[in-house]
Amino acid sequence: MSDLNLIQMILVVGVAFLAGMEGILDEFQFHQPLVACTLIGLVTGNLESGIILGGSLQMIALGWANIGAAVAPDAALASVAAAIILVKGGQGASGIPSAIAVAIPLAVAGLFLTMIVRTLAVPIVQMMDRAAEKGNFRQIEGLQILAICMQGVRIAIPAAAIMAVSAESVQSALQSMPAWLTEGMAIGGGMVVAVGYALVINMMANKEVWPFFILGFVLAAISELTLIGIGAIGMALVFIYLNLSKKGSSSTGGGGGNSNDPLGDILNDY
Amino acid sequence: MAGEKNQLTKRDRLAVAWRSTFIQGSWNYERMQNGGFAFAMIPAIKKLFKTKEERSAALKRHLEFFNTHPYIASPILGVTLALEEERANGAPVDDVAIQGVKVGMMGPLAGIGDPVFWFTVRPMLGALGASLAMSGNILGPIIFFVAWNIIRWSFMWYTQEFGYKAGSAITDDLSGGLLQDVTKGASILGMFVLASLVQRWVNISFVPVVSEVTLSKGAYIEWDKIPITSEGLKQAFEEVASGRALSPVQVTTLQDNLDQLIPGLAGLLLTLLCMWLLKKKVSPIVIILGLFVVGIAGHSIGLL
Repeated sequence: MSDLNLIQMILVVGVAFLAGMEGILDEFQFHQPLVACTLIGLVTGNLESGIILGGSLQMIALGWANIGAAVAPDAALASVAAAIILVKGGQGASGIPSAIAVAIPLAVAGLFLTMIVRTLAVPIVQMMDRAAEKGNFRQIEGLQILAICMQGVRIAIPAAAIMAVSAESVQSALQSMPAWLTEGMAIGGGMVVAVGYALVINMMANKEVWPFFILGFVLAAISELTLIGIGAIGMALVFIYLNLSKKGSSSTGGGGGNSNDPLGDILNDY
Repeated sequence: MAGEKNQLTKRDRLAVAWRSTFIQGSWNYERMQNGGFAFAMIPAIKKLFKTKEERSAALKRHLEFFNTHPYIASPILGVTLALEEERANGAPVDDVAIQGVKVGMMGPLAGIGDPVFWFTVRPMLGALGASLAMSGNILGPIIFFVAWNIIRWSFMWYTQEFGYKAGSAITDDLSGGLLQDVTKGASILGMFVLASLVQRWVNISFVPVVSEVTLSKGAYIEWDKIPITSEGLKQAFEEVASGRALSPVQVTTLQDNLDQLIPGLAGLLLTLLCMWLLKKKVSPIVIILGLFVVGIAGHSIGLL
């Protein structure tokens, strides 16, 4: 606990850099709390509380996704900041609710940084245009790597800044938080999970799939069913439903082509 | 033009697939993924075109606007590779054809990537990993990370190969209802699993006591009559097993009453409220901060 040594600080900045890159690439998932918090816990010797923090924050961040030009709250900054605060606070797993509570406003600040970097990338691709004019592969590759590094720095610098604050002041700040505040925040954290789910449900919901939501909700009350079991039931329902709806449409003749699925209709007429 | 055909090897295609990992790297507000697309195409362009003019033209072609789901870019890259290869071997494939295929595929295909990856696979794997991780189990993050990357990489490689082999005929293959089935299946599975997550993980507990009933003698364990010996312990466990209460007063909270209706009802209502607020264009950030405030306020007045 307490202050980190130099090697640990470098490793944490490294993890922050990876998380920042992944915040835009969205490939390996280093920016997801489950991975980022675990890694920071690992390099600072707080593996277990890092894992628990990652799990708790992951539940909140489940529905955060970048779609098109829209940006979700910044999972990368939230995970990295929460993990560093947790480690420096030195309270172990009991410090998780307050670490999360501090991290959420930072996820908002992260949005602003993301927008800045995405704007800074415009002159970079314009430089790519000029390199293309000359057929210069090297330069385009260099510019692409530069742009990715810029995304990494977006998280690495705030991470370094939070680490620069001394462990004592982080601890005293966390300890001076009264019980009603931390307990209340823990309760708030339990409810905030709903926002992520609501985001996802809003994206997927339509008349056709709501019955499956009801089934899932009722079945989940059976606590013997693990999440994998629920997933298996869900898969079975998908195959049953898809097969039955094909049978239904073939017996009614050609009427099946015009579903209420506009995307499908466009593709059928392609 | 005849003679040896200029073809992309598996090695070239692997290089393109690996580079497509970084397709969003230079994401920008002007042309979005254009830099990443050109970056991914570089190994193929190097192989297929030899003169500076051809190379420069090819690079400029792929620096045009492009944006789709980052994994869905793979089948599009595959088709583009096939088209560029034909072009390099003298087929009359012009810029408009290549651009048309890219733009024609990116919209409809992005519509499958978001629900499948961001709204089904990731929340499910994430919730599975997180539920293990919350008890401090290292398998949680490991399962999430490994499973995700296996799924992602196999999807990217096989769809890119599929696109490359199918060439421009891919749109016919995909319109055979398969795309529809996958999208619909993903949203059914997603809704089903999400509902169970709402039931299990949205925690609200109303603490106000609704009733305190003093139980009649015999309905609870009389602790003072149980000797502290192994015999007494046995007796105590037997009494618990026979359904006796642990204390003479049975406390029923508001939460107990709600759970008797439907377990998890409060969490469901909260989720529906959040959905409604989001539809009213309230920012998710505002809702998140608001819920923390509600949590603190509710706890202070003894409701939560």
